[in-house]
Amino acid sequence: MRVPVSWVREHADLPESATSEDLAARLTALGLKLEALERPAEAITGPLVVGRVLTMEPEPQKNGKTINWCTVDVGDANGTGEPQGIVCGAHNFAPGDLVVVILPGGVLPGNFAISARKTYGHVSAGMICSGAELGLSAESDGIVVLPADAGEPGQEAFGVLGLDDDVIELEINPDRAYALSVRGVARDAALAYDVDFRDPCDRDVPPADDAGWPVRIEDPSGCPVFAARLVSGLDPTATTPEFVARRLAQAGMRPISLPVDVTNYVMLETGRPIHGYDADKLTGTVGVRRANAGETLTTLDGTRRTLSTEDLVVVDDSGLIGLGGVMGGEDTEMSGTTTRVLVESAHWDPVSMFRTGRRHKITSEAGKRNERGVDPTICEAAADRVVELLVAYGGATAEPGVTVVGTPPPREPVTMAADLPARVSGIEIPARRTVQTLRDQGFVVEEQGPDVVATPPQWRPDVTDPFDLVEEVVRVVGYDAVPSVLPTPGAGRGLTRSQRLRRRVGRTLAGAGAVEVVSFPFVGDASLDALGLDADDDRRRTIRLANPLSAQEPAYTTTLLPGLLRAAARNLGRGATGVTLFETGSVVRGGSSPTPILGVESRPSELELKELLAGVPDQPLHLGLVVAGERERAGWWGAGTSPDGWAGWADAIALVRRLGDELGVPLTTRAAVLAPWHPGRCAEVLAGTGESAVVLGHAGELHPRVCDAHDLPRRSAAVEIDLDALLALAPERVVGPELSSFPMAKEDVALVVDVSVTAAEVEAALREGAGELLESVRLFDVYTGAQVPDGKKSLAFALRFRAPDRTLTEAETGAARDAAVALAAERCGAVQR
Amino acid sequence: MSGPNSDFDPVEVAVLQPEAVDAAREAALAAIEAAGDPEELKAVRTAHAGDRSPLALANREIGALPPQARKEAGQRVGKARGAVEQALGRRAAVLEAEHEERMLAVETVDVTLPTDRHPAGARHPLTTGAELIADVFVAMGWEVAEGPVIEAEWLNFDALNLGPDHPARTMQDTFWTEPASDHLVLRTQTSPVQARTMLTRTPPIYVVSPGRVFRTDEYDATHSPVFHQVEGLAIDRGISMAHLKGTLDHFATAMFGEGITTRFRPSYFPFTEPSAEVDLVCFVCRGTGTDPERDGTVTCRTCKGEGWIEWGGCGVVNPRVLRACGVDDTEFTGFAFGMGIDRSLMFRHGIADMRDLFEGDVRFATTFGSEL
Ligand SMILES: [Zn+2]
Repeated sequence: MRVPVSWVREHADLPESATSEDLAARLTALGLKLEALERPAEAITGPLVVGRVLTMEPEPQKNGKTINWCTVDVGDANGTGEPQGIVCGAHNFAPGDLVVVILPGGVLPGNFAISARKTYGHVSAGMICSGAELGLSAESDGIVVLPADAGEPGQEAFGVLGLDDDVIELEINPDRAYALSVRGVARDAALAYDVDFRDPCDRDVPPADDAGWPVRIEDPSGCPVFAARLVSGLDPTATTPEFVARRLAQAGMRPISLPVDVTNYVMLETGRPIHGYDADKLTGTVGVRRANAGETLTTLDGTRRTLSTEDLVVVDDSGLIGLGGVMGGEDTEMSGTTTRVLVESAHWDPVSMFRTGRRHKITSEAGKRNERGVDPTICEAAADRVVELLVAYGGATAEPGVTVVGTPPPREPVTMAADLPARVSGIEIPARRTVQTLRDQGFVVEEQGPDVVATPPQWRPDVTDPFDLVEEVVRVVGYDAVPSVLPTPGAGRGLTRSQRLRRRVGRTLAGAGAVEVVSFPFVGDASLDALGLDADDDRRRTIRLANPLSAQEPAYTTTLLPGLLRAAARNLGRGATGVTLFETGSVVRGGSSPTPILGVESRPSELELKELLAGVPDQPLHLGLVVAGERERAGWWGAGTSPDGWAGWADAIALVRRLGDELGVPLTTRAAVLAPWHPGRCAEVLAGTGESAVVLGHAGELHPRVCDAHDLPRRSAAVEIDLDALLALAPERVVGPELSSFPMAKEDVALVVDVSVTAAEVEAALREGAGELLESVRLFDVYTGAQVPDGKKSLAFALRFRAPDRTLTEAETGAARDAAVALAAERCGAVQR
Repeated sequence: MSGPNSDFDPVEVAVLQPEAVDAAREAALAAIEAAGDPEELKAVRTAHAGDRSPLALANREIGALPPQARKEAGQRVGKARGAVEQALGRRAAVLEAEHEERMLAVETVDVTLPTDRHPAGARHPLTTGAELIADVFVAMGWEVAEGPVIEAEWLNFDALNLGPDHPARTMQDTFWTEPASDHLVLRTQTSPVQARTMLTRTPPIYVVSPGRVFRTDEYDATHSPVFHQVEGLAIDRGISMAHLKGTLDHFATAMFGEGITTRFRPSYFPFTEPSAEVDLVCFVCRGTGTDPERDGTVTCRTCKGEGWIEWGGCGVVNPRVLRACGVDDTEFTGFAFGMGIDRSLMFRHGIADMRDLFEGDVRFATTFGSEL
């Protein structure tokens, strides 16, 4: 809401000394937040005066332009009283017009200093100003021609132009719809300065009678009050008075025509949206009802709209003439020939307004007010004000007859414990202060024992609850008075285990050289195609958004990899030689099911709550990781390790296994085939062993096509696991080990197996065969080549044996080793080299 | 007294003459001093203290002397050999020290060489920022609550006093999922976590809920459709706006430093009544509105001269919300607040472009390390 300070002063007796800044600050403190303070005079230094054009000689120039050599009467403002010679490029004026002149020595916005200068063969001593040059309008539409009665030549022009009037732009919250009017802002301004307020709606209005335009309301809940007045004999050529045009412009509205401007002016002044019909285009009784299914209406923006049975419409005997409270119809719109105007000032159900506005995607100044709630008691006063202005400035005659159908529904009183504002705010507020504060704002207040019974004024439809009253009291007492006191919660339980473990995950990975990224969790077919996912891949079962940011990524993501791969490519593209990135984030796979909309009067039943919570899809937290380019840097120490070699897939698996170790969940791997990984270099990541093993996700080298599609070097590697599942497996309590200090015995064995046999299979056989004396087994070499037959490989393992209670003999160690090798031979066909 | 032994071999006995022993000792000591390195000293030891050395040979001849002469000759040779051994020891120590010194000198490296073989990792400041905030509250006895980002419409809106026709629903431009009949949204705030907490726990409740939220905003230097919020909720007996102010003042000081406190301005949020916007003393200019780096005449860019920075929204929990979530509003009151984590980090760390948070450029996160 943009309000000229002069307009506020018209209705609130603000002290002369009150500055615009102070006014804005006080309004902000009351909840009308200052967005911007416009001080148009600030950027201009005079002399800026009214001038009358005396002569005007067009002089064509060689460049094709025609300039006007003008003499302008600027009174004594130039010190001589002689006409001022000025060159002007505009043509939208004539001798005799009043214009705005800035004389040499003045400065226009943009630090544009004016001096007498030679141009087009004349000395131009000043400038005839356009609206744009004065900062009054954005685009230049010629020079400003003042109304004939604007002032005398030589008169200072700041006031004439309204440049001495600051404009305060306020952000109005939905609960303060009353402040979408000068009436409301001035009321709070008066409250802020504790001065008198003059209500623009407090006027003598002729009483309703039966002589007015016939109106029939079929839906009183949708339109509780409908006031109508008729004027005739309007002069179609009458122009909008200067003060109306200026204030509309200050408020950010374009002047259109006298009758339209007057209705807008009264809306700004009172907050009550008003519609004017060309009465000659109306037929018979005006009515209000809900639209019938399939009815259509062309609104005055030229849009033909198919209406819903929930839309409130205004009709006459010919059919639909308007979308009530939202926008009028084209057929009955006022035009340049309108002489009879039916003024509609009606109160509409805010919910219906809100829904109709949304349904038809109409946002308008009228709709904004009607959907938030307007004072229903001012319909007659606002209509009367319109009539007054049309009579005064449009030469119209007010027809006798005042139509008022319906009465405003009475306000329900709100009962509040008198000490509630004090208890809620923590400020000492005596009951009498509470009562006075509410009365100052128009509440009708009665004290009943310990309670205050306050009936809100009709312009405060938002106040329905005791806590609403509290805010109205505390905002006047002042939020600054709220003391600062720390509450004293009981002993807390600290972070949950999952929260602590997640911090651990991040620290572990960062400690291992990975950098965390945060991506947007949106995905589309193109990203999933780039991963090479099959048509029936679970990761294609997305939850789609009705209104996605981008049509390319219309769904919530099912995998963290697209964002990670993009981020990796971005880093390499920006010059990084290698990156290891990780991200944790929720994914959702497999679509959604309905959730209920429950009541809000009381807590849902356990059953309802269960249904509600069960309807929200599972959103497991995933961990994604990508290794691209150099993992260890090359340097003076030699080459870096690069996924271009062999290590990318191993680095990826190592990182996730390291994470498992940190969390106390040993992870194993098993060959798997899954996009987007290389089919021969993809591992399932498992926790647990045998039957109880759980697949947590996958790790390995990315498919070469996936690397190419993401502009990543071949052999880049990635991991994605279900982090929630991993965290759930972290042991709550670890039992401490018993450490044997007896000597360890080492045995190395080299086993030749088929290349298809995995290290894990051989290791498992060795481990099981070696029995309980085995402390550890570790593969330390893999060999293929001349020393082993084709199709075979040699795996070298270091076995370590130790007993808890004695030094092992060579015989014991040897027997355990032989048993291990024997089982490897039996299970895996291993032959010891 | 007996006379001289007539069988005495004058040649063999010559080595035991004092002059001879002294000469051998002096020769040995000279050779020891002359030894330039441990190898040479080893050869000197063999030559002058070895089995075939003059003193060793002399020692062997002692037995050949008449008994009365043995003691004196033995002492003489013994002293000489002792002196040689001592000299050898001293010289060896010197030479070893010299050798070590040389070796260490040779092994000198340039310790200014780069050592970035394993590039540093980092956690994202949004993560560590959320943890920093959580820690401030956990230290006060609060707990951290979390919830899903795809959320039931009822929990994101209705339960929070944002009914389907509430004008404020359009204040938060919402991502809806398909089909609309599922009534699911990408949560526009972390408040549904507060609703969940109230629905599933009994007061007193003191929780903060950091997390990711979504609005259909433009994506530019200061807006993002995906951003992060921390909200707090306290439900207890006798809770007032004073407790809210105290908590936020403490939070502000913990996040931004001593002297950084808050102020309230009346505002509107459906979830709270009364509601307030909370501003923070500009921690760059400390409320003066002028750039402290300059001469005090230049407007502070962080707060645009206001001396205050808009930080978030807060208020007393609307009793309607308490009732919908099963909290007895005759016994309990509560307060709630919400701030953007992204925004808070932007002004805490002078981050100019919000998009840097979401681009994944490692140069960004590594600047912050693994803790804020
Ligand atoms: Zn500042």
